[in-house]
Amino acid sequence: MNSSSTLINALFIFVLAGFIGFEVIRRVSPLLHTPLMSLTNALDAIAVVGAIVLVGEHKSQLSFIFGFIAIVAATSNIVGGFIITDRMLKMFKSSRPAAKP
Amino acid sequence: MTPELAGSQVVIEILYLIASVLFILSLKWMSSPTSARHGIWAGEAGMVLAIVGTLMRNGLHDYHMIAIALVLGAIIGVPLGNVAMTAVPQRTALSHAFGALCVTLVGSAEFYLRTPDISRFMMSVLSIEVILGGLTITGSLMAAGKLQEILPQRPLTYKGQNFVNFVLFAIAVAIAVTLVLHPEQKALFPFMILLALIFGVLLIIPIGGADMPTVISLLNAYAGLSAAAMGFVLDSKLLIIAGALDGSSGLILSIIMSKAMNRSFTNVLFGAFGQVQAAAAAGEAKPVRSATPEEAAAILSAANRVIIVPGYGMAVAQAQHKVRELYDALTKRGVDVRFAIHPVAGRMPGHMNVLLAEADIPYDRLIEMDEINGDFPQTDVALVIGANDVTNPAARTDTTSPIYGMPILDVDKAHTVMVIKRSMNPGFAGIDNPLYYLDNTLMLFGDAKAFVGSIVRELGGGH
Repeated sequence: MNSSSTLINALFIFVLAGFIGFEVIRRVSPLLHTPLMSLTNALDAIAVVGAIVLVGEHKSQLSFIFGFIAIVAATSNIVGGFIITDRMLKMFKSSRPAAKP
Repeated sequence: MTPELAGSQVVIEILYLIASVLFILSLKWMSSPTSARHGIWAGEAGMVLAIVGTLMRNGLHDYHMIAIALVLGAIIGVPLGNVAMTAVPQRTALSHAFGALCVTLVGSAEFYLRTPDISRFMMSVLSIEVILGGLTITGSLMAAGKLQEILPQRPLTYKGQNFVNFVLFAIAVAIAVTLVLHPEQKALFPFMILLALIFGVLLIIPIGGADMPTVISLLNAYAGLSAAAMGFVLDSKLLIIAGALDGSSGLILSIIMSKAMNRSFTNVLFGAFGQVQAAAAAGEAKPVRSATPEEAAAILSAANRVIIVPGYGMAVAQAQHKVRELYDALTKRGVDVRFAIHPVAGRMPGHMNVLLAEADIPYDRLIEMDEINGDFPQTDVALVIGANDVTNPAARTDTTSPIYGMPILDVDKAHTVMVIKRSMNPGFAGIDNPLYYLDNTLMLFGDAKAFVGSIVRELGGGH
């Protein structure tokens, strides 16, 4: 199905994206590690696109049911993940200079 | 997959590309609290573009059911996004389970749609996808159960545990190899998933509550990697990128957490964490000095520099808001108050910062361990609230201590150490803390919330 050149392409993307991930996430302040995890979790739920295709194509009863449950699970991560990340980040406030002695 | 892309196909791929860029920007903006909220915006925009792009694909007809599933997911997602901040670790574990469930279901459906027409490479990646996904589902559910205290938090161990785990995993891999060579052996596939699910449970059984930050990070990495594997199977660059980002994030956090717990990363990777430490010798009654809220308030108000060391016990006692009042009262008197945050101070990476930010404590007062440790010798008072092992000087000096070598906050170097604690019972890990018997240590016995409240009242009245 997949020619070896698409495999190589996919590997390139995976390795390069991994590098970007390491470099970007290394710079995230430990202050924000919890919101980071809930955000990456929401982004990871992009797996929903695979499930959408399964349901939309409805090739078999099994793939339809699996896809349906998968959409529900992933969407709850997207919605819940973004809401909670936003709630957390809203709470982080800096002290006003006036408050310092 | 076709060499020549149709017009709409090009549009879809470009939407995916923009979504990928937005995802990377989203994480980049998380580097500082001032830009972090743009990150959410970028993430949401990327998500919408990706879903729109997917709906534009040819061959989709059942839009009705897609819409119903999306709405159902959103209905479940809203309450999950509105849990209390103390419950964020179990919510996160649960969302790892949901993410892995999606990946495993899609992988299984793809297997049954394609078998026996699956190339060896494709079947290998698909096996990685569903094995990682399967063990992440049950592992995360177990972790969530332990964090929610539905399941016992104590680590459960038995003889030959690692051997049993290894054998189970080996059988799952053997099935995967068989399927790679003979993808028409459909009947084997459910067994592979079943073994992965059982393996996930067994992996978490021997892990105690103190190791949860590491475990959650590791499950995060597994969830990301399984999603990346799914990207290979579906030939979706966007999914590979999102999975790689999530995987590397989980991996980095796991490394940070395992360093903070002084465990080697390989030790963590192979699930050998949670070895039950031999219970420390029952402490013979050594004398400690204790103080009343009035005395504590007097010492605090006479100080110039105070460092508060919060631990998860503070959150359990719901004392965050009282601690904020204490911070306000002392700051008003011109005392410099900062908070020392150990990487494993909460139940997941960064958890303590969120709990303190929720109580309106400014984030520039929350200082990481490495940055603040050098300041303890010039600190008048170190006030420990609900933290134990992360302040235990035995980790520096006592080679026989189970936590020897673990990086700790050097509170014992402060001029005066005050520890709020219910009683002299040893903490979570059951290890005695020599800090409590030092000459410069004062024990403040009582409930953290009530005790801090009394100190605040004293400070308010005495002025």
